[in-house]
Amino acid sequence: MSSQLDPAAFDPAVHAGYGEHPPRMGFFTDTSVCIGCKACEVACKTWNAVPEDGIELTGMSYDNTGGLGASTWRHVAFIEQIQRPGEGAADDAAVGGADGSRWLMASNVCKHCTEAGCLDVCPTGALMRTEFGTVVVQSDICNGCGYCVSACPFGVIERREGDGRAWKCTLCYDRIGDGLEPACAKACPTESIQYGPLDELRERAALRVEELRLQGESSAQLYLDDPADGIGGGGAFFLLLDEPEVYGLPPDPVVTTRDLPRMWRHAAIAAGALVAGGLATALGRNLWP
Amino acid sequence: MTGARDIFGVHGRGQHERDRRDRDRDGQRPGGQRRDGQGGRGRRGEELMVPRARPDSYYGKPIVKEPVWSARDVGGYLFFGGLAGASSVLAGFAHASGRDELARASKVCAVGAIGLSGLALVADLGRPERFVNMLRVAKVTSPMSMGSWLLSAFGGAASVAAASAVTGRAPRIGAAATAAAALTGPGVCTYTAVLICNTAVPAWHEAHREMPYLFAGSAASAAGGFGMIAAPSDQAGQAVRFAVLGAATELTAKSLLLRRLGETAEPYQTGRPGKLMEVAEVLTAAGLAGAVLSGGLRPGRGQRLAAGLSGAALLASSALTRLGIFEAGRASARDPKYTVNLQRARMRQRAATGQPAATGQPAGDAHHPGTHAKPHP
Repeated sequence: MSSQLDPAAFDPAVHAGYGEHPPRMGFFTDTSVCIGCKACEVACKTWNAVPEDGIELTGMSYDNTGGLGASTWRHVAFIEQIQRPGEGAADDAAVGGADGSRWLMASNVCKHCTEAGCLDVCPTGALMRTEFGTVVVQSDICNGCGYCVSACPFGVIERREGDGRAWKCTLCYDRIGDGLEPACAKACPTESIQYGPLDELRERAALRVEELRLQGESSAQLYLDDPADGIGGGGAFFLLLDEPEVYGLPPDPVVTTRDLPRMWRHAAIAAGALVAGGLATALGRNLWP
Repeated sequence: MTGARDIFGVHGRGQHERDRRDRDRDGQRPGGQRRDGQGGRGRRGEELMVPRARPDSYYGKPIVKEPVWSARDVGGYLFFGGLAGASSVLAGFAHASGRDELARASKVCAVGAIGLSGLALVADLGRPERFVNMLRVAKVTSPMSMGSWLLSAFGGAASVAAASAVTGRAPRIGAAATAAAALTGPGVCTYTAVLICNTAVPAWHEAHREMPYLFAGSAASAAGGFGMIAAPSDQAGQAVRFAVLGAATELTAKSLLLRRLGETAEPYQTGRPGKLMEVAEVLTAAGLAGAVLSGGLRPGRGQRLAAGLSGAALLASSALTRLGIFEAGRASARDPKYTVNLQRARMRQRAATGQPAATGQPAGDAHHPGTHAKPHP
C-alpha cells in the first residue's frame, strides 16, 4: 500500500481496520500563548470525572500538579528562566521581560501517537485505536498489567492507585463523537489548545512557527509534528519555545516496538541455543559422568 | 510501513530543525554548557563564577514512568519462569537419555516454578480477577500477550509431564508432554527478556540485544543448580554441565551488555541494583567453580555436599540477577538523564550520518510490526 512509502499519508484508523471514518483529529498546543491558567486541567478533570489526586505543594514552582498521570490528563508545566547579570539577554526576546528572564508555560497531554507503544504492548486489547485515530483505554477490559505504563516514551499513561487500571487522556472520545471539542480546548481562554483535523492543525502550526521566528523568537520549534519521527508523528503536537527536555519531554522519542522484530529474533536464537545446550550437555561426558 | 523511510532518506523540515537544535546545543548558544559544565562563559566572554543552570530536565522529574511492577512479583516472575523453562529442557534430555530421577525432579521443579511464576504475575495485576482478559487477543507486538499464550501451553504440558513422571501412569502421554514442555520451555525463558526490553525504560530497552542470552544463561544455571541438588550422583553430571554452560553464558552476556551500554550501564553498576548484581556475580562465579571442582571429587558424601552447595549458589545468583536487572530498570527510569542523553546522542549521530529517524538503533532493519487493535465488539 502506498502509505508504506509516505509516512505523511499513513492513516492509523485505516490501519486499525476502519472503512469509512472521520478525519484524524488531534490537538495543536501552541505554548507561546499559554498563560498557565490551568483551565484545561480543571475542565478535563470535571468533564471526565477524574478523581482528585492530592492537593499538595511541590515547592518547586507554581506547578503543583507535577506531571501527567492516571488522574492528571492535562498538565500545565511552568518553567521560570532567570537571566543572571552578565550573561546577556536570552535569544528569545519576544516573550521575555526586559532583562531576558522569562516564564514558559505549556499544557502537556497524551500524544495519541501514530505508532503508539501503549497500544502495541497492551496484552488484553483494552487499548484501542478509535475511528478518529486517537488512542483510548477501554476500562471494562483493562486488567491493570501495567505494561503500557513502561512502554510510553512520554510517561503519560499510569495505573491508578486503588483502582488498579491504567488511565489517560481519551481526547474526549465521548465529546468529539458528538461534534463537540474536547473539554480542555473548549476551556482554553487563549486558544493555546487547538482542536481539529490533524492535517489542518499541522498547516496552521507551520504558519505560526514561521510567524514567531519572524518576530525574533528564534528558538520556537514544532514538536511531534513530523510524521517521519520516531512515533510517526503525534496526534497531539506542540509549539515549544525551548528544547523539549526543558518541558519534561523526551527530545527524540522512538516507539519501542520498532525494535521488537530484532528482539524476537534474538530471543528465538537464545531459545534455540538453550535447546542445543541441553542436548550437548546430555550427550557430554565431561566434568561429571 | 516505516522501514521504507530508511530507503527513501526522507528529510523533512523536522530534520533541519533538529540539525539546527543540535548545533545550538553544541555551543553556539549563550551559556550553552550543560548541567555538568565546568564554569561558564557569557556572551561577552567574561568568566562566570557560577555555571548557568541550563536545565535539561523539568525540575529533575522523570520523563518516562517508573515501572509499576513490584520487585517481588515481577522479579520473582522472571526468575521462576526461567527456572521452569530451563528445567523442562533439562528434564526433556534427561528423560531421553534415561536419567529418570533427574528427569522426574526437573519436571516437578518446572511445574512448581511455573505455578509460582503465574501466581506472581496474577498478583501483580491491578485487577487480578481479570487475568483471563490476557487470553482475549493474541498480539505479536505485545510480548505479554505472546507470553500468556506460551505460559498456558507450557504450563499444561509441564503439568502433564510431571504428573505422569510422579505417578508412573500414561508414560506415552507423559513422554509427549515432556517433549512439548522441552520445546516451549526455552521460549518461556527468553520471552521475558523481550517483555522487559520492549519498553521505554532506558536500561532495559538499550540492553535488548544481550538480554535474551543473559536470561537463557541465567535460567539454565538455575535449572542446572536445582538438578545438582536433587539428582543422585550418577545422574547429576548432565545437570552440572547444563549449569556450567548456563552460568558461563550468563556471565559473558552480562559483561558484553555492560560494555556496550556505556552510560546506560550505570544503573546496573551503582546503588542497590549494582549491589544485587555484584553479589549475584560472586555467587555465579562460586557456583560455577564449585560445580567444576566437585567433578574432581570422589563420588560420595563430600561430592554431594559440594554439588548441593554449588547448585544453591547458582539458584540464588539467578534470582538476584533478575532482581538486579529489575531494579536497574527502575533506577534508569527515575533519572531523566538516561532518557535525554541517549536520545541526544542518537540525534547527533543522525545529524552526522544524515539519516532520518527510524529506530532506537543507530542503524538497522527496523520495521514497525504495528498491530492496532480494533475495539471489542
